[in-house]
Amino acid sequence: MLMILKAFLVGGLICALGQVFLDNTKYTPAHLLVTLVVLGCIFTAFGVYDWLLDFSGAGVGVPVSNFGYILTKGVLLEAKRDGLIGLFKGVLEVASAGISASVIFGFLVAVFFKPRK
Amino acid sequence: MKNVDKTPDEYNQMINQFRPGKPKIVNFLQAYLVGGLICGFGQALIEILQLLGMPADEASSLATIILIFLGALLTGLGIYDEIGQFGGAGSAVPITGFANAIVSPAMEFKSEGWILGTGAKMYIVAGPVLTYGMVTAFLIGLIKTIFKF
Amino acid sequence: MKRTGKTVYFDTPPVMLATSAMAGEMEGKGPLKEYFDKVVDDPYFQTQTFEKAERKLCGMNCQNVLKKANLQPDDIDFLLAGDLLNQIVTANFCARELQIPFIGLYGACSTMIEALSLGSMLIDGGYAQHIMAFASSHYQTAERQYRMPIEYGSQYPPYKQWTVTGTGAYVLAQNGIGPKITHATIGKVMDFGIIEPNDMGSAMAPAAADTIAQHLKDLGRTPDDYDLIVTGDLGQVGKTLTRELLREINYDVDEVLEDCGAMLYSQEQNTGSGGSGAAASAIVLASYLYQKLTLGEFQRIMVVGTGALLSPVSSLQGDTIPGIAHGITIEKP
Repeated sequence: MLMILKAFLVGGLICALGQVFLDNTKYTPAHLLVTLVVLGCIFTAFGVYDWLLDFSGAGVGVPVSNFGYILTKGVLLEAKRDGLIGLFKGVLEVASAGISASVIFGFLVAVFFKPRK
Repeated sequence: MKNVDKTPDEYNQMINQFRPGKPKIVNFLQAYLVGGLICGFGQALIEILQLLGMPADEASSLATIILIFLGALLTGLGIYDEIGQFGGAGSAVPITGFANAIVSPAMEFKSEGWILGTGAKMYIVAGPVLTYGMVTAFLIGLIKTIFKF
Repeated sequence: MKRTGKTVYFDTPPVMLATSAMAGEMEGKGPLKEYFDKVVDDPYFQTQTFEKAERKLCGMNCQNVLKKANLQPDDIDFLLAGDLLNQIVTANFCARELQIPFIGLYGACSTMIEALSLGSMLIDGGYAQHIMAFASSHYQTAERQYRMPIEYGSQYPPYKQWTVTGTGAYVLAQNGIGPKITHATIGKVMDFGIIEPNDMGSAMAPAAADTIAQHLKDLGRTPDDYDLIVTGDLGQVGKTLTRELLREINYDVDEVLEDCGAMLYSQEQNTGSGGSGAAASAIVLASYLYQKLTLGEFQRIMVVGTGALLSPVSSLQGDTIPGIAHGITIEKP
């Protein structure tokens, strides 16, 4: 139960800060998502993201910055194992589930539904 | 007689005087609420899956997949954009918003065909996210490999 | 030359013989619903795509206005039309069906008034007896061309406008009974440096104010000479700005200024600042205003079509949004 509360607080905060970004700049949600993913990568590089995940679970696992985390995580894992070639092999290693699910569900929903209002 | 003439700065001042601003505080709270609820729901999913005996790693992967599925389905049903108008970044930032960003153009560009419509246009928002995520991740790996920090 | 200053006057004012207005679901729930010829609730209008739906509605509306004027396509000398889609496909494809000599126009949301101005000049110049003109817009087709996919969950600011689904068609004639177009003022493009594409009312207000001021100055009139000065699709924000811009050069339009976009929806419909799109002025003039003029409830009105001349490309490249406005004066029969 505590973790759910922490996920609410931390995840909500990330989203609310994103809202501040949208309301005070001319940028679009697409810019915001890209910024968050890049920040996720950088936080992972310094080990901060692992700590945040331990602390708040889905609070940082559900926001899109988590893509940055899993992409970087894969690169670092493979780089340690295979060196230079691992940099390429690792990018989609951990992120595979999320990206595949997005593309596959995205396509399937498009097959069955039409945009309405 | 004078003409209608203003510099952009003067006109901007006039606009700020007469145009209703964005309700920033309300937007902040709504984004917090919606984003927090989606993340809290994600955490609850993880914990339920673990209770069912799934290892932590797999539980969070499956929870992510479930959230993506729900985001995609709500988009198909025409509900997610309503949540988006209320929640702003609160519904755009979670992974469900990423699914929404893929499904909405995928459905809409069906009218231009399955290959050049849906197939190509479904990445208009998700594409940049993946591109910059992958490039950044690669660069970080490269720097870490070279400098071994 | 038939001109005072920048305003054209017509020796034999062309008559608005018939009009027809068809609108979408949102407009059909608004305050003007009873004035429309037809309301279509389905944005697909039983076709496969939104674009085809817009076309189908326009075609139907053109047939309706011909029927009301009791004319055949052969009787019409020129068709003047435009819409918001790339390469004005809606107008082009409708013209293909009608087989009337066709002049395609693009003035963004000012297209309707642009078409009526030119049509009046053709008639008064002696080049035509009957002119048909129409303009259209469609919420979903415009939204997907200018902004994000419809089901994408982005949050819009309170001053964003709602693109009107609908189309208005007109038959102008040299003789006959109906409201008369007496003057037309062709506006110039004005740009006060607005960048935000969600705020087209502010981008167009300077052009609207300029055209109204020019018109009044040319004819030596004051706003009180009109029962109504009605702009096309400025919305609440743009209307307020136009009023204030005019106040600064000593024209007080508080009593007479209205906006078609703002008139189309009620507060509860959550349409932000009001309606926008080429159909805004087209359907309000073809329905509500036309009927009030015919009944003699308005003696003389000025309709100012306003257009934001942006494209999705110019927007992404960081260009500011130029605006344009054309005005016509219409008097009761």
